[in-house]
Amino acid sequence: MSLPIAAAAQVDTGDTAWMLVATALVLLMTPALGLFYAGLVRSKNTLNTFMMCIAAIAIATVTWAAVGYSLAFDGTGDLIGGLDYAFLQGVDFTPRDGTTIPHLVFFAFQATFCIITVALISGAVVERMRFSAFLVFAALWSVLVYAVLAHWGFGGGWLMEGGTLDFAGGIAVEMASGFSALAAALVVRARKDYGRQALLPHNAIYVVLGAGLLWFGWFGFNGGSGFSTGDASVLAFTNTLLTPACALITWFALDLIRGRKVTAIGAATAIIVGCVLITPAGGFISPGWAMALGFLGALPCYAVIVWRPRTRVDETLDVLAAHGIAGFTGILAIGLVAQITWNGVADGIFYGNAAQLWDQALAAIATPAYAFGMTFVLLKLIGLVMPLRASEHDEAVGMDVVQHGEEAYVTGEGAILVIPDGPGEKDKEVPVANPV
Amino acid sequence: MKLVIGIVRPEKANDVLEALYRAEVRGVSLSRVQGHGGELERVETYRGTTVKMGLAEKARFEIAVSDEFVQPTVDALCEGARTGEVGDGKIFVVPLEQAVRIRTGETDTSAVTPVVK
Repeated sequence: MSLPIAAAAQVDTGDTAWMLVATALVLLMTPALGLFYAGLVRSKNTLNTFMMCIAAIAIATVTWAAVGYSLAFDGTGDLIGGLDYAFLQGVDFTPRDGTTIPHLVFFAFQATFCIITVALISGAVVERMRFSAFLVFAALWSVLVYAVLAHWGFGGGWLMEGGTLDFAGGIAVEMASGFSALAAALVVRARKDYGRQALLPHNAIYVVLGAGLLWFGWFGFNGGSGFSTGDASVLAFTNTLLTPACALITWFALDLIRGRKVTAIGAATAIIVGCVLITPAGGFISPGWAMALGFLGALPCYAVIVWRPRTRVDETLDVLAAHGIAGFTGILAIGLVAQITWNGVADGIFYGNAAQLWDQALAAIATPAYAFGMTFVLLKLIGLVMPLRASEHDEAVGMDVVQHGEEAYVTGEGAILVIPDGPGEKDKEVPVANPV
Repeated sequence: MKLVIGIVRPEKANDVLEALYRAEVRGVSLSRVQGHGGELERVETYRGTTVKMGLAEKARFEIAVSDEFVQPTVDALCEGARTGEVGDGKIFVVPLEQAVRIRTGETDTSAVTPVVK
């Protein structure tokens, strides 16, 4: 993201063509995440879980167009951008500063990042958070947390200006969602049966299919974060293949050691972890180091995934481990193994530049602190205005029926058609089961 | 020797299993059924189609027990499955003519008595 591209007044058609495709690829990641998450919950919460991701597309797109984009990408204020681009004023066909693509395409590409980040947090609160409370949270979080951290990391804020490198969103996407998810899980609190009954994934095929589609979309996420078809994009694109493959092998080995079997849901998780690991570092480290990052970076993530369910913290779908910890690791990896011969920007400490590791460490401390603190306070405040979670009764019945009036696996047996305009039906009150 | 059939809310099935376990009832079959027992219908909407769901998902326990275990089994089902709302389910106790444990050929009471390890 922070690669200095020679300011060109011209739109480049090749770059623009790739960025249009990359934007669509990143948007696909959000329904893919919906599939991944939906498979990991119980069948009675399938639709609600998926709907949180769909809601993120709706809410974050609107808040991003209204003020989020402007706060993130207008100007170089230390903490926050300006409002000159609010409601897309002045965002048109001319190239975005420092890129060769139309400003509108740049906006749309960045919007898809905001969307997926909001969707990611839902993993911490599935199966119990009320849908309406999530909508309010999504709107406020996308502005108060995402836009601020995007400004720090990519938009000219203090981290970026200070020299911190973040290629595709280790700060604003991965660490932001991971540590916000932890805060959300603490405020919304555990599901009623958490730690007492086994709450198992209901469809492992959704999980692996969702992970596969996420990986596919991630080529646009990382490969598009150079905003061109230049070297950095090509490097990030290829590293997006290498790192997750290596993370998978580490995961296989750890699964074998721990349970003597290689698990499919573990593999799906490893794909996500690998993609997240290379997200910040994609355009900055060599393919060899990208492979090493996959092999080694998977270790702390695996450890947190094994440890977290033994705690009282029901961070349900392990956003902290898969995104927070992996993003943290990836950001630090830049400070270790970045190579100017590959990225043209900076070396890491292994190549003699200790200052880079300090710049990276600063982001790895400031981002989790801001994301966790702000999300915690934000949810506490929303909780004062409206209940954050469904009642125990509703939680038992399942969020699909209670929140959406639909079921994912409806059979239709015994269903009686209600014809509103039929004779006698018009004024008849439809009896509704009264939730307690 | 009786067959105890308990039809309960699926979301209470785990609570029933826990209660049965505490009552030391070990042999259980569980199936998913759909039924209607007087509770109000749920209304669901699929695009333009609004329907009243006349049948609700239920979990059906079948537990064959010796006579002294009948009451503990019934109590466990009640304890685990009750919410106090219409739709909590029913328990039927029916006489059982014969039971055979396939592995050993044991019959009747010894067939419904759990294996002691």
